[in-house]
Amino acid sequence: MNQAALSPVTWLAILPAILPLAAGALAIALRGRLAMQRWFALLVLLLELALNIALLVHVRDHGIMSLTMGNWLPPFGISFTADMLGAVLALAATFVSLACCLYAFADIDEVATRFGFYPMLLVLVGGMNGAFLTGDIFNLYVWLEILLISSFGLIILGGTRLQLDGAVKYAFLNLVATTLFLIATGLLYGAVGTLNFADLVAKAANYPHQNLLTVIAALYLVALAMKAAAFPLFFWLPASYHTPKFVASALFAALLTKVGVYGIYRIFTAVFAGGMGFVPLTLTWAAGLTMLLGAAGAVAQHRMRPMLGFLVVAGIGYMLLGFSLGTENARAAGTFYMVQSMLVMAGLYLLSGLVHGARKTVPTSGSSASLYDDQIALAILFLVLGFAVAGLPPFSGFWPKFALVRESLAQHLGWAAAAVLISGFLTTIAIARSFAATFWGASHLSEDGEQPGPQTSFATLTPILAIAALVLVFGLLPGTLYGLADGAARGIADYGPYVAAVLGAGP
Amino acid sequence: MESLLSLTVAGLFGISVYLLLSRSLVRLLLGVVTLGNATNLLIFTAGRILGTVPPIVPEGEQTPIGEIANSLPQALILTAIVISFSLFAYVLVLSYRAYQDLGTDDSDEMQLAEARSPTEGEAR
Repeated sequence: MNQAALSPVTWLAILPAILPLAAGALAIALRGRLAMQRWFALLVLLLELALNIALLVHVRDHGIMSLTMGNWLPPFGISFTADMLGAVLALAATFVSLACCLYAFADIDEVATRFGFYPMLLVLVGGMNGAFLTGDIFNLYVWLEILLISSFGLIILGGTRLQLDGAVKYAFLNLVATTLFLIATGLLYGAVGTLNFADLVAKAANYPHQNLLTVIAALYLVALAMKAAAFPLFFWLPASYHTPKFVASALFAALLTKVGVYGIYRIFTAVFAGGMGFVPLTLTWAAGLTMLLGAAGAVAQHRMRPMLGFLVVAGIGYMLLGFSLGTENARAAGTFYMVQSMLVMAGLYLLSGLVHGARKTVPTSGSSASLYDDQIALAILFLVLGFAVAGLPPFSGFWPKFALVRESLAQHLGWAAAAVLISGFLTTIAIARSFAATFWGASHLSEDGEQPGPQTSFATLTPILAIAALVLVFGLLPGTLYGLADGAARGIADYGPYVAAVLGAGP
Repeated sequence: MESLLSLTVAGLFGISVYLLLSRSLVRLLLGVVTLGNATNLLIFTAGRILGTVPPIVPEGEQTPIGEIANSLPQALILTAIVISFSLFAYVLVLSYRAYQDLGTDDSDEMQLAEARSPTEGEAR
């Protein structure tokens, strides 16, 4: 048995998952006190942010951190393992959730609070952190389900006909995707006999029947591509992401698909590092088509929120291309893009809520006043975030796209580089069209099928301002985030330290 | 025994795929519940059926004697059953509510959220 004294700092590996889960349960107990609930959620998320920062700093300075449950030696007990990739993504996810929580002060009314928005938000954050920090595939499945359960609650909040329709599609497709993930996990356990990432690294590579592993890899690929909304499995996303409350849309767009991408980054490097077979080639094609079709779909949309749904899909393409190119630089670019996409998509969805709220107040008939005259701050923020998603130079989307084009050309994949550039061009057109239609065009465009948007206020503007500021910082000084993303890419290229940290925790 | 179970799992997967391809929400629900059960049975089969004793340490011993059964697949299935049961309950209620509010259980007729033009979706 592992009798080594557990230093208190090791708890950092699991606290980010436990704290929001426990707080979510407590928030349900507080359901009678609506005003208290939101401040409680904000406080917990601030604490969670501090925990995540401490974890990231510790992982950066002292290497990978592992904690195995119940004093069972590592391959048997469930391990929580925080490496660079997990810690960076967990921090970004928590930051976005904190921003959304503040925005929810204005967007979530009393009825929605009574139906449990804040408990579901806290459980969602717990699920995100658990998924990013776990070191066990079955545990990853459980966290995916926790995410799914809270997202089911969030997508239906409000209960309009539009939401019911979107929720039916979202629920059935995601349920099938997680079941596929479970099927692959069951088969993997049957074949290799372990589900711990660190243990799988060696055992899967030495497994005699690599063909069988390729079949399991295909199952994982389909399940995770469906979760991540990659071509050709993305149609459920534009059909459902524009129906819930604005803040729920922002949470979904920023977080949920990224867990699918994270699963691809983690599982295909740890488990199938020896024999990925056809996976990189398939992923490269899927990535190229995802970014092209996503951007083309965005150009075809008239309304802002459905357009943003397609931009989420296009962003997934860049992250997958970064992975499938296989080099460390490309994966660092993919990780960089993942973090900045979390920020940018959350910002844009929150902003779409404000635009929607502001439209209702602009005089509709006869007046020449467009939204641009009325709300110039919103217009500027929209351009900052929109140019970031399109990848124009002073903003954060530029650097990862630049790295992806360079890496594609270095590998003689000219068409992949072309896909990145064309998709960026189409995205710019979509953003510019949406800007012209929203801020310069007639302001009375009715969107009655949607929820009423919140008004511009301190609580709604602060999170978007904070996100836009970060986007600008990452664009002008990409070195900080690039250093972290590069560390993450190095971590999934060589699992030596990871295995040593998990299995070395024994006697 | 294992081949019989494997055939059962294959049959269940076939049924669930067939049901999941249909348009009626009720058949989709049945497909989801069949898929969940097929998966649980698959994990059980993948964990080897050996006919050995449960992993219990006899009195006065420090370790179990002889070959013992693998208890991990059962732990996995137990978790998976609980999760798939709760999600099925959610989808069941959601489908019923969608049927009540949208007036149809045909997923092809539920086009509200996928309206092509700004006005199309709000007409009904």
